[in-house]
Amino acid sequence: MKHIISALVENKFGVLSRVSGLFSGRGFNIETISIGPTLDPTVSQMTIVTTGDERILEQILKQLNKLIDVIKVTDFADKEFVEREMCLIKINTPVEHRSEALRIADIFRARVVDSTQKSYTFQVTGDEKKIEAFIELLKPMGIKEVVRTGKIAITRD
Amino acid sequence: MSNKEITGAEIFLESLKREKVDTIFAYPGGVVLKIFDVLYDQKDIRIILPRHEQGGVHMADGYARSTGKVGVALATSGPGATNTVTGLATAYMDSIPIVVFTGQVPTALIGNDAFQEADIVGITRPCTKYNFLVKDVKDLAQTIKEAFYIAASGRPGPVLIDLPRDVVTTKAEFIWPEKVDIRSYKPSVTGNKRQIMQAAAAIAKAKKPVAYIGGGVISSNAAEQIREFAELTRIPVTHTLMGIGGFPGTHPLSLGMLGMHGTYYANMAIHHSDLIVAIGARFDDRVTGKVEGFAPEAKIIHIDVDPTSIRKNVRVDIPVVGDVKHVMVELNKELRAIKEPWDAIRKSWIKQIDAWREERPLTYEQSDEVIKPQFVIEKLYELTGGDAIIVTDVGQHQMWAAQFFKYDTPRNWLSSGGLGTMGYGLPAAIGAKVARPDKNVFSISGDGSIQMNIQEIATSIENNIPVKVIILNNRFLGMVRQWQELFYAERYSSVDLGSTPDFVKLAEAYGAIGLRAVKPADVEAVLKEGLKAKRTVFMDFVTARYEKVFPMVPAGASINEMIFGEEKKKEEKKLKAVK
Ligand SMILES: Cc1ncc(C[n+]2csc(CCOP(=O)(O)OP(=O)(O)O)c2C)c(N)n1
Repeated sequence: MKHIISALVENKFGVLSRVSGLFSGRGFNIETISIGPTLDPTVSQMTIVTTGDERILEQILKQLNKLIDVIKVTDFADKEFVEREMCLIKINTPVEHRSEALRIADIFRARVVDSTQKSYTFQVTGDEKKIEAFIELLKPMGIKEVVRTGKIAITRD
Repeated sequence: MSNKEITGAEIFLESLKREKVDTIFAYPGGVVLKIFDVLYDQKDIRIILPRHEQGGVHMADGYARSTGKVGVALATSGPGATNTVTGLATAYMDSIPIVVFTGQVPTALIGNDAFQEADIVGITRPCTKYNFLVKDVKDLAQTIKEAFYIAASGRPGPVLIDLPRDVVTTKAEFIWPEKVDIRSYKPSVTGNKRQIMQAAAAIAKAKKPVAYIGGGVISSNAAEQIREFAELTRIPVTHTLMGIGGFPGTHPLSLGMLGMHGTYYANMAIHHSDLIVAIGARFDDRVTGKVEGFAPEAKIIHIDVDPTSIRKNVRVDIPVVGDVKHVMVELNKELRAIKEPWDAIRKSWIKQIDAWREERPLTYEQSDEVIKPQFVIEKLYELTGGDAIIVTDVGQHQMWAAQFFKYDTPRNWLSSGGLGTMGYGLPAAIGAKVARPDKNVFSISGDGSIQMNIQEIATSIENNIPVKVIILNNRFLGMVRQWQELFYAERYSSVDLGSTPDFVKLAEAYGAIGLRAVKPADVEAVLKEGLKAKRTVFMDFVTARYEKVFPMVPAGASINEMIFGEEKKKEEKKLKAVK
């Protein structure tokens, strides 16, 4: 089972390594992890996507809480939330594919952020399903590179 | 600014004094010269120079375990720092409060592969409760205050502070924070009231309960509450290796140790129980055996300060997160209010346990010709009346010291339980003797383990810290050999310590006293002389080489599937008869 966990952590050096060390040291999985600042400059926000059964998730939450630099842990499992991920995709675009590529991009509300004679780079945002579907459709044209941010999530009020 | 500024090294010293540190185990080197220079003039703190930084950290650990106070060690950068790692990991696994300071290259050089640079904060992140790299001398006092607080509070553990050279040489005003408040660190102390009430009700309802106590009872100083709990509810108590002394070993309700080398009756009681009250213990695999087969009929109450210990290895029905002592005080209150006829409701269960006790007591076969290691421990118990601090190394001797000596009070048993560090014994004994000079401190060791930190005899002689080392000398890495005998078809690979040194001469070479016993008849005399000795003494007992530790739960078996010495012997006899 996939889980999204977010953690507010002290914005100190070494914190990322403490969190990732906890996962690797105990054999937990990290599927994606993303970190950014919050309104309070001394606090950062981490969003971690992990997999595991209920017992493992319970351990992950407790272990995260136990880390001295972790201020608060939120498990999204029993919450209403919005999740998003951003993805940059560079594809080969010989002349005959260019309009097709743009048409697909339009459907997914992706934007062209860079274009050359031979390539387009798209930016697309959405949940995991949408991003995967977009990538699937572009595959036949020849994807050169995909870069994803990993998920971020926020609870609904 | 009105206040005068002092160097980081002086701030270090002032801060230790504020933390009431009376001893540090410190080994010098390039980047910590400034600190040692400051230590040279002062009289408040005793500075003990170990002969290896690992020894220094184990000494701080022994100091901490035997008193409950925070132990302190100091090492230089690079190799000095990396030498502390085993000591830190040992303390981490057993939740022992120590603070270790390491020197570091100047901040401007960090990351440059400078001479004697090691990323000790990176290296020790997984084996410390927390660690710090101090980058600004202005943060130093605050950091030290936080380090001591983190080490000693919640589930205790080692904390490392890395001190770059420029931080200890630069000046700043000394401001000692009176309070610590770490927003992201708030260990829970009191247990949840409702859960405690549920626990009390379950204890009153249980027909076959067992209390299973671990190191948390020692670290939260809860022995008195455990005793009250056991006597009130007539609940039999078994302990882990770390829980030794948490409940009197001579008490009629004591079942001794459980688990891999636990007593038959402790393991049977656990296996057949309908309620386990786990207190400050963490269901280590050496205790549970095969988890799926562990206490199949029991409900489990788990009291621990660390929420991550709960449901980590076994299912738990009633978790109580809080400091063991606080929780036990509350639980005892609840239980007193219940007014069960405790004696009557426990009668048949205690009778059953006593039957197991009689069926297979802890025993060994005595000999007139060779010294049985268990006999040495029994004699030691007899001669000291149990009034001694016993420190061990790791191996068979450790298990015999746990089985055949009785510990009635906490903090008189020091052993590396979690990490199982050979070489822990002698330095930890020195640390304990420094902290409690009025006690006789014995280090019970094997001929393998003692050679892992034997250089620390010099520390004991030089600083006049007399400890009594008992070597159960079987000329083998006995515990490993035992496993090879039982599970590796008697293929004895790399376990024969053929050219073991002459420990008597070796002790004498260091200026200690060396004694030896080769016959059972010598044992008492050697122990008596050792007991009298005013200097550090090595007592070399040449013991039966092939003796094994029993009972034993083989790895991967359930704890009711123990093997015993006699069965093996019977098989051997049968085999011989066939041949
Ligand atoms: C540092 C370290 N290395 C290896 C081991 C593995 N080990 C566990 S017990 C043991 C044998 C110990 O031999 P000895 O100290 O002579 O004690 P005995 O078992 O013979 O009583 C070994 C090698 C260990 N626990 N610690």
